[in-house]
Amino acid sequence: MREQLATPHFVDAQPFDPGVSDPGRHEDERFYRASSLALIWWKFRRNRLAVVSAFVLLFFYAMVPFVEVIAPYGQSERNGDFLYAPPQPVHLFHDGEFVGPFVYPYSFTFNKETFTRDYVVDRTAPQRLRFFCQGSPYRFWGLVEMRFRLVCPPEGGTFFLMGTDRLGRDLLSRIIYGARISLVIGLVGIGVSFALGLFFGGVAGYLGGWVDSAIQRLIEILRSLPELPLWLALSAALPANWSPVAVFFGITIILGLLDWPGLARAVRSKLLALREEDFVKAAELMGASRTRIIARHLIPNFMSHLIASATLSIPSMILGETALSFLGLGLRPPVTSWGVLLNEAQNLAAVSLQPWLLWPIVPVVLVVLAFNFVGDGLRDAADPYHE
Amino acid sequence: MAEDERRFPNSASQASPVLTVRDLVIDFAGGGTPFRALHGVSFDIPAARTLALVGESGSGKSVTAQAILRILPRSAAITGGSLVFADPAGGKRIDIARLDADGKPMRRLRGGRIAMIFQEPMTSLSPLHTVGDQVAEAVTLHRDITAKEARREAEAVFARVGFADPARVFDTYPFELSGGMRQRAMIAMALICRPALLIADEPTTALDVTTQAQILDLMRDLQAETGMAILLITHDLGVVANMADTMAVMYRGRIVESGARDALFRDPRHPYLKALLKAVPRFGMQPGERLTPIREAVAIAPVAAAERPAAARGPILIIDDVSKTYTRRAGLFRKNVGEVRAVSHVSLSLPPGRTLGLVGESGCGKTTLSKIVMRAIPASGGRVLFDDGKGANTGPRDIATLTGDDLMAFRRDVQFVFQDPFSSLNPRMTVYELLTEPLVIHGVGDSDAHYRRAVELVERVGLERRHLRRYPHSFSGGQRQRLGIARALALRPRLLLCDEPVSALDVSVQAQVLNLLKDLQTAMGLSYLFVSHNLAVVDYIADEIAVMCRGYIVEQAPKQVLFSNPHHPYTRALLAAVPSPDLDHPLDFAALRSGSFSDPAQWPMPFRLQPGHVGTMQDLGNGHRVRIGVHTVEEAA
Repeated sequence: MREQLATPHFVDAQPFDPGVSDPGRHEDERFYRASSLALIWWKFRRNRLAVVSAFVLLFFYAMVPFVEVIAPYGQSERNGDFLYAPPQPVHLFHDGEFVGPFVYPYSFTFNKETFTRDYVVDRTAPQRLRFFCQGSPYRFWGLVEMRFRLVCPPEGGTFFLMGTDRLGRDLLSRIIYGARISLVIGLVGIGVSFALGLFFGGVAGYLGGWVDSAIQRLIEILRSLPELPLWLALSAALPANWSPVAVFFGITIILGLLDWPGLARAVRSKLLALREEDFVKAAELMGASRTRIIARHLIPNFMSHLIASATLSIPSMILGETALSFLGLGLRPPVTSWGVLLNEAQNLAAVSLQPWLLWPIVPVVLVVLAFNFVGDGLRDAADPYHE
Repeated sequence: MAEDERRFPNSASQASPVLTVRDLVIDFAGGGTPFRALHGVSFDIPAARTLALVGESGSGKSVTAQAILRILPRSAAITGGSLVFADPAGGKRIDIARLDADGKPMRRLRGGRIAMIFQEPMTSLSPLHTVGDQVAEAVTLHRDITAKEARREAEAVFARVGFADPARVFDTYPFELSGGMRQRAMIAMALICRPALLIADEPTTALDVTTQAQILDLMRDLQAETGMAILLITHDLGVVANMADTMAVMYRGRIVESGARDALFRDPRHPYLKALLKAVPRFGMQPGERLTPIREAVAIAPVAAAERPAAARGPILIIDDVSKTYTRRAGLFRKNVGEVRAVSHVSLSLPPGRTLGLVGESGCGKTTLSKIVMRAIPASGGRVLFDDGKGANTGPRDIATLTGDDLMAFRRDVQFVFQDPFSSLNPRMTVYELLTEPLVIHGVGDSDAHYRRAVELVERVGLERRHLRRYPHSFSGGQRQRLGIARALALRPRLLLCDEPVSALDVSVQAQVLNLLKDLQTAMGLSYLFVSHNLAVVDYIADEIAVMCRGYIVEQAPKQVLFSNPHHPYTRALLAAVPSPDLDHPLDFAALRSGSFSDPAQWPMPFRLQPGHVGTMQDLGNGHRVRIGVHTVEEAA
C-alpha cells in the first residue's frame, strides 16, 4: 500500500442529475433550428457599428433610383446668374418667428478689384422652400416626362444648399446625381471581379496541380503591376469618341478586371481548407458527383466569407473610380460622378475661394467607411459556429 | 513503500498546501446568456504531491486552471472565492484571485512560480523560434541572467527531461521534433524556473500510449526531484490511477467528490464517479460484459429480417498483400529522393458480422490502410477484395476494378464513420438533409421514403424525430457521432469502417457510442473494420485484433489470445503502456523507459527486421500469427 495522505473524502450532497441525454449547449429550440443564415444575422446584429453602417448604405442606395425626384435641380441645369455661389443655409425662424424652412435670397456684385463675385445675403425677405412641388422638367428613368420633385427652390428664388460650381450648377443636385454613378460602379465592378474571382479561384482551388500554379502565377503578375499607371493606361485606351455610358461601362470593367486576384485568392484558400473537412470527404466517399459537392457542400460554406470580402473590396472600386475621374481619365462630363465633381475642385483657387466644391468628399468618405464597417461585421459573423 | 521513500524523502515538508482554492466562482458574461462556469470549487494542492482534476469536457477543469494562472477569457470573471498561493520557498501567502491579471506580481508568478503545460505540443511552441530560444526566454523573463547562462540552464534542463544531446536540441526548431519530444521541450520550458506548482492540462492526451507512459514517468521523476506540486487535469482515469495522490472529480462546475486517490477508486460514493468508473473500457472484461454509459440514451429497435444484408459465405473483406508507398520529392525539379512505405504487405480478412480491430500508434499506417479499403486512395501493390454476397456468380471482387454501377454499389455497401464529430457533418445542412443525402446521391426512393428512412435512422441511434429539423451545431459531440453513424447506416451498408470513432469523445459518451455500435452489429449483421489507438476500446469491441507498426502487421490474433498471450515485443510494450484505471495494475514505468519499441531494427531476435526486409508471419495456432525476421528462419534451418 502506498502511503495515504490525510485528505478527507468529500462527497457532494447535491442530487446527481445525469440528464436524459447528453446536454446540448443551449436549451432553445429556435436556436437549434436556426439555419446558418439566421445565425449569421443574429451575430451580425450584435455589432452595432455594422448595423448603423448598413442603414447608412441602405439610405444611400435607396436614393439611387430616385435621384431626379430628390435633387432640387437637374443635373446640368445652369444658373448663369449664380456662378460660384456659396452655400445657402436653410433657416426656420425669421425675426424670432417660426416660418418653416426658408432661405434668404442673395444677389451678387462684381468686385472690380479682385475680379470675384461677392454675394450679398438679403436678410429681409425670407423665401419659403416648396415641398412636393413641380420643379424643372426631367425624364424619369429616361421614360416619362415629369416635373415632380421633393424640394424645389422658392418661386423666383434659388436654393443652393451646397453652393454652385463655375457654371452655376447646384452642387447638392450634382452630388445626388453623382451618387448614382459612383455607387453603381462599385456594385457592377464587384460583380465583374466576383465572377472572375469565383471562377479562377474555384478552378485553382478545386483542380489544383498545374492549373493552380498557372493561375497563381497570373495573379502574381497582375499584382506586381503598379495599379495606378495600369488604370491610366487602360482608361487612356478607351476611345475618346465613346459615349459617356460606354466609357462608364469600360471603366467599370477595367476596375473589375484588376480587382479579382484578391477575391480569387480568398476563394482558393477557403476551398483548400474546406476540401480537407471531413464532411466533404464523407460526400466523396458516398459517391457524390463533383457538381453536387461544389453546390451542396463547398459553396454554401464559403459564400458568406466571400460576400464579406467582396463587401470589403467595394470601397476600393468606388475610390478607384473617384481617383481616375479626379485625374481626368475616368468618367468625363457631362456624366456626373463624385470623382468628376472632385475633378472640378482640383485647383488651389477652388480650395481657397470656393471650399464648398470639396463637398463631394463627404459622401465618398461616408460610403467607404460604411462599407468597411459592414464588411468587418459580415466577416466576423460569416462563421457563426465559432465564438 | 520503497518507491514512496524515494519520492518523499522528507515527509514533513508536505504539510501545508501550495495552493488552497476555496469557493471559487467564475461567471461568463459577454455575448450570449450569462453563464456560471464554476459554482464554488474548493481543493488543496499539497507540496510535492499531485492532485488530479477529473471531469468531462465542459465540466470546468480548464477554466479552473486558467483562473489559477489568471488567463481566463475576456468574458469570464472570478466573482467569488479565493486562490491562495503559499510559496514553499518562502514569501507571503498571495490570494491570486485579488491580483491584477496583467500586473507585475501576477506576471512574476505566472511562468515563474506557477507553470503550465498544454495538451497540444504541436501548437504550443512557436514554429519560428528554436526550441532553445523559447526555453531560454522563459528563464530570462523571470531572472536577471545573461544569454550565455540562460543557454547553459536550458541545456541542463533539456538533459534533465531526457534529450540525449541537449546542445543540439537547443538549436532545433519545433517541427524537427516528434510530438513526444515537443512535449518534453514544453516540460523543460515549464520547469526551467523551478516552479512550485505545475499545471498540466491533459499533458498526454495527444500522445501515443508508449510516449504517454514516458512523459508521465518523467513528470513523476521531476516531482520527486524538485518537490513541485502538480495539478493534473485529465479525463483519463487510467492516468489518474497511476499519477495522482489526491483527486477531485468535477461535474458541471462543481466538485462532486474529492479525497485520496485510493479512497476514491476503492470506495467511490458519488453516483457520477461510480458511473464514470463503470463507463471506462478496461482489459479483462468478461465476454459479453457491457459498459454502463452514464446516460443510457440508445434503445435499439429490433430490425426486420429484410433489412439484414444477405450473408456472404466467405470473408466479406480480404486485404491481400496490400502495400502503399509514397515517393518523396525534393528540390527544384522535384526529383525522387526516396520512398516512404506507409503500408507494407498487409494481409487481413474479415468474416461477415464480425469486427476486426486495427491497433497502432500514430503514423503506423492504419488510416492509410482504411483509405485504401474505401478506395479513397489506390494501393501501390496487392488487392482488396470485397464480397457483396448478392449473386453466386460474383463472389469476392477486386475493388480496384469496379466501375460505374458496380462502384456505386460498393460505395453503398461500405460506409465510413469519421473520427471528428465536428468536421464530419456539414454545418449548413439540417439533420434531415444530412441523413437523406446518401439516399439522394444514390437515387434511392422518393421523398416519402426518404422521410420514413430518416425517422427510422434518428430513432435507431437514440435521437428523436423532432431533431430532424435541427442543425448539427445544436448537438453535443456524442450526439453528433451518433448522427454520423446514422448517416453511415442510411444505405443499409454491409461493412462500416470506423476510424477512431470514439477518440474525440468524452469517456462518459464513449461507452454510449461503443454500445450503439455493438448493438447495431447484433441487430443488423454489420461487419466492422475498427481502427483505433486505444487498446482497451478495441478490446471491448473487436473479435479479432491486428497490431500495426511502421506499416507492418506485427501480430494478429483473436482478442482473448492476443491479450492473454502477446508475443511480439511491440504488442507487449503497447499493452504495458496503457494506464489502467485499476490500482492493482499500476504501470511498470521502469520497463517502458527503454524507448524505441517501434523501430523494427531494434526489436529483439527473432522479431528484428533489417531495413528493407519484410519478414514472414509465423502461425502460432488458434489464428495467432506474429511477424518474425526472415533471417532467423534461415538460421534455424
